[in-house]
Amino acid sequence: MKFIVAIFLHAFLAFAVGLYSQFPWWLFVGTSGIVAFFIMDTPAKSFFAGFLGVGALWAGLAFGKDLANAHLLSSKVAQILPLGGSYVALIAVTAVVGGLLGGFSALTGAFMRSKSTK
Amino acid sequence: MRIVPLIISAALTTGLVAVLNTPLSVGKTKTPRLGYFLSPQQGFWQNAEPENKSFDANIVVDGLQDKVEVLMDERLVPHIYANNDNDAYYTQGFLHAKFRLWQMEFQTYVAAGRLSEIVGPDRIATDRFFRRLGMLEGAEATMKKMANNPVLQAAVTSYANGVNAYIKSLQPSQIPFEYKLLDYKPEAWTPIKTYLFLMFMSYDLTGRGTTTDLQMTNSKNYFGYEDFNKLYTNVQDSLDPIIPKGTVYEKASVAAVAPPTLDSLYFAKTGSVAPNAPEAPNKNNGSNNWAIAGTKTKSGKPILASDPHLGLNLPSLWYEVQITTPTHSTYGASFPGSPAVIIGFNDSIAWGVTNAGRDVLDYYDIKFKDTTMGEYWFDGAWQKSVIKEERIKIKGQPDSIDRVAITALGPVMYDKSYNANGSDGKYLAVRWTAQDGSSGLQTFYELNRAKNFDDYMSAINHWTCPGQNFAFASVSGDIAIKQQGAFVARWNRQGDFIMPGEDSSYLWQGMIPASENPMIKNPERGFVSSANQKSTDSTYPYYLGAANAFPLYRGIIINKKLNAMFGVTPQDVQALQTNNDNIFAEMARPAIFKFLNESRLNAVEKKYVDYLRNWNLRNDIDEKGASVFKAIWDSLEVAVWADEFKNAKLPLQWPDESTLLEQMLKDSVVLFEDNITTPNVKETMVDAVTMAIRKATPQLAQMEKEGRLAWGAYKDTRVNHLLKIPSLSRLHLPIGGGVHIINATTGNHGPSWRMVVHLVDGIEAYGVYPGGQNGNPGSKYYDTFIDNWAAGKYYRLLFLSKEAAQQNSQMKWRLTFTNS
Repeated sequence: MKFIVAIFLHAFLAFAVGLYSQFPWWLFVGTSGIVAFFIMDTPAKSFFAGFLGVGALWAGLAFGKDLANAHLLSSKVAQILPLGGSYVALIAVTAVVGGLLGGFSALTGAFMRSKSTK
Repeated sequence: MRIVPLIISAALTTGLVAVLNTPLSVGKTKTPRLGYFLSPQQGFWQNAEPENKSFDANIVVDGLQDKVEVLMDERLVPHIYANNDNDAYYTQGFLHAKFRLWQMEFQTYVAAGRLSEIVGPDRIATDRFFRRLGMLEGAEATMKKMANNPVLQAAVTSYANGVNAYIKSLQPSQIPFEYKLLDYKPEAWTPIKTYLFLMFMSYDLTGRGTTTDLQMTNSKNYFGYEDFNKLYTNVQDSLDPIIPKGTVYEKASVAAVAPPTLDSLYFAKTGSVAPNAPEAPNKNNGSNNWAIAGTKTKSGKPILASDPHLGLNLPSLWYEVQITTPTHSTYGASFPGSPAVIIGFNDSIAWGVTNAGRDVLDYYDIKFKDTTMGEYWFDGAWQKSVIKEERIKIKGQPDSIDRVAITALGPVMYDKSYNANGSDGKYLAVRWTAQDGSSGLQTFYELNRAKNFDDYMSAINHWTCPGQNFAFASVSGDIAIKQQGAFVARWNRQGDFIMPGEDSSYLWQGMIPASENPMIKNPERGFVSSANQKSTDSTYPYYLGAANAFPLYRGIIINKKLNAMFGVTPQDVQALQTNNDNIFAEMARPAIFKFLNESRLNAVEKKYVDYLRNWNLRNDIDEKGASVFKAIWDSLEVAVWADEFKNAKLPLQWPDESTLLEQMLKDSVVLFEDNITTPNVKETMVDAVTMAIRKATPQLAQMEKEGRLAWGAYKDTRVNHLLKIPSLSRLHLPIGGGVHIINATTGNHGPSWRMVVHLVDGIEAYGVYPGGQNGNPGSKYYDTFIDNWAAGKYYRLLFLSKEAAQQNSQMKWRLTFTNS
């Protein structure tokens, strides 16, 4: 349950701070750290919660944008990057980039909190 | 706390953020900041415009006098209804920015010599070139002239305010795609940027002299003036000028006197070498326009056609707009970056432009006292120059300072520090009419409002640079064309080569009065036309400039076709604008066959000769004969010229196609037909033609094997994104045409806006351009028109009153602008 709540909070808070595009895009690093700090869990679980929360958020947002756009822009960008023009690959890369950052931020938060008892 | 894992984890997180927030080098290019670029809430995903996006909006801004209503049609063309002119231009600025901001700014960065700020050190040479050419000085001179023109100044300022209102309203996540890709941000728009953009158009249309003057100097020095004058002849036997032959001209009121030192200092053969410019506008920058009188049309009303041939880019140079205010109602193609309509029509008149091609740019060879360039020798004394320091900002590097000497003969383009390698230690100052600034925008401002022929004439007489042929037609039945610009009154060949810069005898002696520029109104033949050919025959009392600036063949075929047309409809005119007949090949094919000895060819070579023989002389996409002709003709030029030119080791321009063709058509020896690399054999044109076919055949066979011999595939037309990124471009377009063809579409160049206006009451107009109204590559409106453009199809342009527009089912969205 704790794990599910953490995933949800990672995603929700990252989304919320992301609405303010005058701030740096990586501001969710802070929120994910805080989430992991307060929701105590093992470092591994914290990492995965952060990874899945932010990763799913990024994947979901990208997927939504892409669907409404009929893959028009993603197919072009996936040739620039280069991913063979595959919008699926581009969404996956997007998710992994967001997920990794979310995961490592959460891991850092978890280590800040975790007691030597573990 | 577990310190070690914490430190490691924190470091990893920080490192990851840093890497993802930094542009990485991949080969010669840099990636965007990947984390930012991929971030769905800030990066490129935000530019993925929903297919079913509604453009309806109530926009609240500062600086409007009144409410403005914009109806947007299904092609995303805005129809602006404003209660006063300045509000209309404010709205036009806002909409240009909303749909084309990146391109507007990018083009002005290029014009101002600031490209390195965006793309890094690779383009410093380009930046130095534009700064040394005096682009900024020209824009500033224009700005000064505007100070005396409060009405136009207010229009440009309102336009800038509109652009800035949009930029201000822009969330950082909403900035255009290319800013995210290149990682920079829009800056505020200012009137000077509008003038810089117009300077760039002047450069694009008159800047070829920066290259051709150097190349022609090289040719003259290499071949000697006598041979030069044959190779780059100013005689064009087949010329059909804009103003019909036989027109009588008044005596010149400004007499240009050639300097006494002409033969020794100017025409003399010297060993000296001129450099090659890093930039050159496309040789094919040109256009077609014509107006047909009611006597030749089915309706009895005139029809006007205009298609400017420019580099084909995405986002397009053009943006369609209708502007309606109590003073005027105008529709046409506008430049994102400038207020008003540039090529279009209103309820009374229509106008279109082609490039005049006249020489308005010269080089002077300056003698400096020493390398500090502080003093130069002129008219028997040392004159002081002004040293201007150009600070060039470079992305990712410290600024670079460029020192430019300004003389009375213009800014010094080439010196020891710039392109010194090729310039043989010369100091070359460049004098260009555009450096003086221009009130050209006044021309468009007035044309937008013109009611009749007199208004048209008074509007275009403001025009200075780039010289244009303004075609005109009115609902009241007049047609006219005038070549207008600030043209230098030149002595024969003045400025075709680098001129001595040590005394005033080589300076420009005066400008031709506007009233003496070539003009014709309501001619007997029932039409006017221009296609960048020379405007007059040789009886015109001024020197027009070197003939290689004036392509011959489109003018010939347009006039031939127009002469034969009666009962013309707008559909006939569309068919003419997209016509693929190759008049050059029609003249050149018999010339090739005249010198062809088929017994010397093998079976494969004969096969391609048969393709050529059986070709219908049209450059349609499926014609193989068109490709065979092109390959053989190119190969023939190599056979004739290459032996003489290859030893020059200088950037030389080859003679025009017409030079070779016109010699072949005469019964005399063709210049340079002998191959000088075979001293024991005296080759003739028969040998050259045989050689040409022999050399072209393997290439043609290869193309045919690969299925690329059909003309469309051979030519392979594309519309490139301004950053030349393939996936943002449209490649392999199925379209015919080519050089010397009315449908002047080449590889990445051609009709950038096709317009046909039938001047009936209420106006019936058609248009199309190879692009789309939305500059965002993530919008389905990015390239909407390209397929129809390639297919030669047009859109019926909706030119409607506000009331009619509100009832029209093709109007899909409504934007209102109100003052806060």
